[in-house]
Amino acid sequence: MIVAASASNVVVWIVWIGAAIACIGSAIAVVSFSNPFYSALALIGNLGSLAVLYLLLSAEFVAAAQVLVYAGAVMVMFLFVIAYLGGHADTPWAGGPRWQTLAAIGAAAALFVEILVVIAIDASSHFSTQAQITSAFGSPAQIGELFLTDHLLAFELTSIVLLIAAIGGVILGAHSRRAAQEETHPRPGMTFTTRASEEPQ
Amino acid sequence: MKGPEIGWYLGVAGLLFTTGALGVLIRRSPLIVLLSLEIMLNGGNLALIAASRHYGRADGQIFALAVMAVAASEVVVGLGLIVAMARRRLTLDVDKLTTLRG
Repeated sequence: MIVAASASNVVVWIVWIGAAIACIGSAIAVVSFSNPFYSALALIGNLGSLAVLYLLLSAEFVAAAQVLVYAGAVMVMFLFVIAYLGGHADTPWAGGPRWQTLAAIGAAAALFVEILVVIAIDASSHFSTQAQITSAFGSPAQIGELFLTDHLLAFELTSIVLLIAAIGGVILGAHSRRAAQEETHPRPGMTFTTRASEEPQ
Repeated sequence: MKGPEIGWYLGVAGLLFTTGALGVLIRRSPLIVLLSLEIMLNGGNLALIAASRHYGRADGQIFALAVMAVAASEVVVGLGLIVAMARRRLTLDVDKLTTLRG
């Protein structure tokens, strides 16, 4: 019995190490690829390996939502826009003076050290005991119940945020189309800044 | 518990967040800045879900789902802005957008 338990523990560790390395490796790939198309593909790998970590944390519903919504819908939209824009590559570390890049790396390293110090300080006091969970933890039933009871306000506000984002996307698209048309076929006496005067037409 | 402690998950989450922040700071293409932002949000999500498992309460997962919805909204608006920039034939370079500089 103990042997079986430790064997499954080893399997969990192996899966965890694989997923964590894939996760961090693909994140570094996203940042360092010069072609945005490859970056987006690497981000899909990042989201997939994160879903594995979520499964290890017994968050099944979030893992499924991650794969369906994030790695599926959102990334397809990203790839569509990158393909539409033609994905011109900019060299990864180019642009801006050299000190700017060095300062950015220094700032990121400082942030990481800070996070590590906080984790190390808390590791001795808070992380020692872990709560026991039932098999229903993280199931769609539990998530749905929490969403419609304790967190109903957050649920409704999230829907409003999504609605506003959709309206914003439509408005941005309509404005940029009109602006592009006026740029190619300028009407006399009409500039971008006097757009308000054309509303009555 | 089987597998690693919460501290390991938080370390991975911190490294993800840092990598994303580095991408936001050093990349010029707004598309890759948006992708790096997604990495930062996912680092935060991983920390939330690890804490949710550690304390045995699913509220952290609710928070993670809300973050996911916000990330989707952010992608919609961000990609809309990038397409609008491309339609006006502006260079896709965050350093060249200096109209609002004070």
